[in-house]
Amino acid sequence: MRFQFVLGEVFSGLRRNTTMVVAVVLVTFVSLTFVGAGALLQAQIGKLKDDWYDKVEVSVFLCPQGKSAAPSCAGGEATDQQVEALREVIRTELSGEVSTVWFESKAQAFEAFEERYPDGYQGTQLTEADMQASLRLKLTDAEQVAVVSDVLSGRDGVEIVEDQRAVFEPLFRTLNVATLLAAGLAGVMLLAAVLLITTTIRLSAVSRRKETEIMRLVGASNLFIQLPFLLEGALAAVLGSLLAGGGLWLAVRFMVTDWLERSVDWVAYVSEVDVLRIAPLLVVVAVALAALSSFFTLNRYTRI
Amino acid sequence: MIRFENVSKVYARGARPALDQVSVDVERGEFVFLVGASGSGKSTFLSLVLREQRPTRGRVYVAGRDVANLSGWRVPTLRRQLGVVFQDFRLLQNKTVHENVAFALQVIGKPRHVIRDTVPEVLDMVGLAGKEKRMPTELSGGEQQRAAIARAIVNRPQILLADEPTGNLDPTTSLGIMRLLDRINRTGTTVVMATHDDEIVNEMRRRVVELSDGVVVRDEASGGYGEREAILPDVGSSPVLDAPGTGTRLPAAPTVRGS
Ligand SMILES: Nc1ncnc2c1ncn2[C@@H]1O[C@H](COP(=O)(O)OP(=O)(O)O)[C@@H](O)[C@H]1O
Ligand SMILES: [Mg+2]
Repeated sequence: MRFQFVLGEVFSGLRRNTTMVVAVVLVTFVSLTFVGAGALLQAQIGKLKDDWYDKVEVSVFLCPQGKSAAPSCAGGEATDQQVEALREVIRTELSGEVSTVWFESKAQAFEAFEERYPDGYQGTQLTEADMQASLRLKLTDAEQVAVVSDVLSGRDGVEIVEDQRAVFEPLFRTLNVATLLAAGLAGVMLLAAVLLITTTIRLSAVSRRKETEIMRLVGASNLFIQLPFLLEGALAAVLGSLLAGGGLWLAVRFMVTDWLERSVDWVAYVSEVDVLRIAPLLVVVAVALAALSSFFTLNRYTRI
Repeated sequence: MIRFENVSKVYARGARPALDQVSVDVERGEFVFLVGASGSGKSTFLSLVLREQRPTRGRVYVAGRDVANLSGWRVPTLRRQLGVVFQDFRLLQNKTVHENVAFALQVIGKPRHVIRDTVPEVLDMVGLAGKEKRMPTELSGGEQQRAAIARAIVNRPQILLADEPTGNLDPTTSLGIMRLLDRINRTGTTVVMATHDDEIVNEMRRRVVELSDGVVVRDEASGGYGEREAILPDVGSSPVLDAPGTGTRLPAAPTVRGS
């Protein structure tokens, strides 16, 4: 009885304020899409870090055959003794920072190169001789790159110490900036959503002033009086959040899974699964949004 | 049943009090007329009983409860023991008579079978049998007020408050409403009715509490309207006129009405 009655009130309220309700749905849709996009960007960063960051090693490129600009390579290609000396330094001075070391010969480097670019790199014909041997270090703590680099740089036979993670820094920066942007837009849109929900509830309360007035007088409980308004706002907001979830799903499905993943396939991307993981969060945000707006409005417009 | 102890109500800081040191005691089952000029504080009195307003000073007890200090969530419980009707009926225009009365039970969570049984009973009692399906616009003023009364008493309140219930009705119709209120009173319901309709007050011969500028100037077991001069000669000739619907006080005129 009560439940049915409240539901009836909710739907009559939704019908009466269709335009406003549609506006609420759309604004929450857009704002939560930004919220979700921000979350997905962070998930993408997480994926990149998980898959790469920690696995990636520090490469100590050894002096190549032929010319090199590095003063430490004045003596030409790195000799076996130099490599052995480097290994010794790593074993002694960097025992705490480096967990494993292995040597990538020119042959191995060429193999890896051919595997990645089977058709040659941008039309050039490179041979094994053009490759560069290196020591690959795996660090116990990824944050210790600077120490490792300081110790090894400039030693005889070392051309350059390269932190492969540095390659990703600009990408992470871009993704973080995009996240901030999304968060900023989400913030603005969420504010708009709160204001709009507030206005909608207020309009709804005004258009039902007579009903609520009588409810108060005959002793309906506060909850009973406010529930239809609460549910109205919540329903519209949840609908918006579902649309946002759906929109993000479609975006990931068609832009990431179907397109990005095919064109640049060596990166781990966010997937539909991540969207499904984020979607409940969006619904929660929507409900919180509606609850917040209702809280501020209802006590003012349907007080006992 | 209702007890006012030195109740004062000041709406806005510095304004003239709407009620000033009012002490009134209404017994269970009593029928009390609250009379006085427009702006004398009748509606304020009723809204204090309903806990729509809180007294600035003094205490208001309704059915043994200290209403002013009632916490918010208990207010609905209080109001379920009270019924109210107004001059303007306050029916929901988009609901039928039956729906209007049922609404009062629905919103306090009464089960469907209770509503199905009680509503026709009450409509029958107020004389609206056969008109359950009419919309308020399809009823005369008197019938609308009967519907409003039905809604007020459908939950069997101990107290019925009526704020100028006959204010919009012609004398004959008013009389019918008064008979109905009298009948309700005889079933044991305490009735407090604010009015300025002297004919009704004179005819009913019930207790009369008269307010003037928020002060009780007369409290008489079975009085008539406007006989104050005879009873309280020192009060002087303040107007006992009331302009329905305007809500403003008329300029003081040396009018003595009724007898
Ligand atoms: N809600 C309110 N806010 C401020 N002043 C009010 C309010 N209600 C009534 N008053 C004032 O209180 C006084 C008594 O009004 P009221 O109780 O309505 O008298 P009555 O019902 O006898 O005409 C009047 O001066 C009126 O202007
Ligand atoms: Mg009044």
